[in-house]
Amino acid sequence: MIRRQAIVLLALVGLLVATYLWLYKIGVLGELQCGTGSCEYVQTSGYAQLLGLPVALYGVAGYATLLALGLAGLQRRFASDRRLSVLLAALATAGFGFTIYLTAIELFVLHAICRWCVASAVIMSATWVLSLADLRRAPATTP
Amino acid sequence: MKGFYLLLVGVAVIGGGVLWYGSQRTPAPAPSAPVAVAAADGFRGYTLGSDSAAIEITEYSDFECPFCASFATVQMPVIREQLITTGKVRWRYRDFPLPTHAYSRFAALAAQCAGEQGKFWEMHDQLFTNHQWAQTGKNPRGLFREFARGLGLDLDKYDACMDGQRYAGRVQASVQEGEARGVKGTPSFYVNGRPYQGRSASDDFKALVDSLTKKHK
Repeated sequence: MIRRQAIVLLALVGLLVATYLWLYKIGVLGELQCGTGSCEYVQTSGYAQLLGLPVALYGVAGYATLLALGLAGLQRRFASDRRLSVLLAALATAGFGFTIYLTAIELFVLHAICRWCVASAVIMSATWVLSLADLRRAPATTP
Repeated sequence: MKGFYLLLVGVAVIGGGVLWYGSQRTPAPAPSAPVAVAAADGFRGYTLGSDSAAIEITEYSDFECPFCASFATVQMPVIREQLITTGKVRWRYRDFPLPTHAYSRFAALAAQCAGEQGKFWEMHDQLFTNHQWAQTGKNPRGLFREFARGLGLDLDKYDACMDGQRYAGRVQASVQEGEARGVKGTPSFYVNGRPYQGRSASDDFKALVDSLTKKHK
């Protein structure tokens, strides 16, 4: 249960980070608070769009789904439901793969790092590890 | 479990509040309004190429203009290679920020402030190569500063230059010069002082320069 609680908390923070980047992308927020990073350079590059949508919006959708699944997994009737662990692990794995792709773009193509993207990458990586641990501990059969 | 849900609500409320607060703050506007100051320093624009080149091409350009960006990224590299580095042409860049563009005057100032530290053309290339900023409509102040950082500029000097709009007079003088010459849009070109009416393609410039070079010989 503690792993699912951690996943829920991480998903909520990730959702806030992704929403922040998305609100910037659609013009609601004027400037990104980035300190010494290269957030605006990364966020205004062509790689901040995918299939016509802001990459941050995929993050919002992904984290929101993780949050919903995680909250459902905290309910007593789903607490030992393996299907939920599989869903969480599958979504977190997809998110982790996407995170690796985006980080590679920052490091090797743009040569710039966006702090908020790094924060999201750390959150998604931790979520992935926790979801795998949750899957390992899940019962082999669904009650 | 109750404590955990309280923690979640707390994080959601604080995070949501921060996002809401951020959305209420209006970003500092970029200085993009025209200023009626003539260039006191007699500046005539940054140049590329040999001072002794027989042909000078003057370009009036706007950093926010998509045609200018296309010209700078597609045609200009060929022109640099074939005409400028070979000593045939001296290229002069003049600012002509169009009033319909919110940030082109600001971008012109950024290029001038980079030029103060010897990096005008490098900033010119950054502004045109990473032209997504011109499509977002967002205040590009932070992005331009990142370009400046990437170019290795002294950021204290750059900030002081930008905050004080040190070269606003130069930019305005360049606009006035363009208007006096009849510039209507961007990019516009003048070849040895005469308006160039041809296509903005490297092949056409090369053909013109070749024909002028033969005349000179």
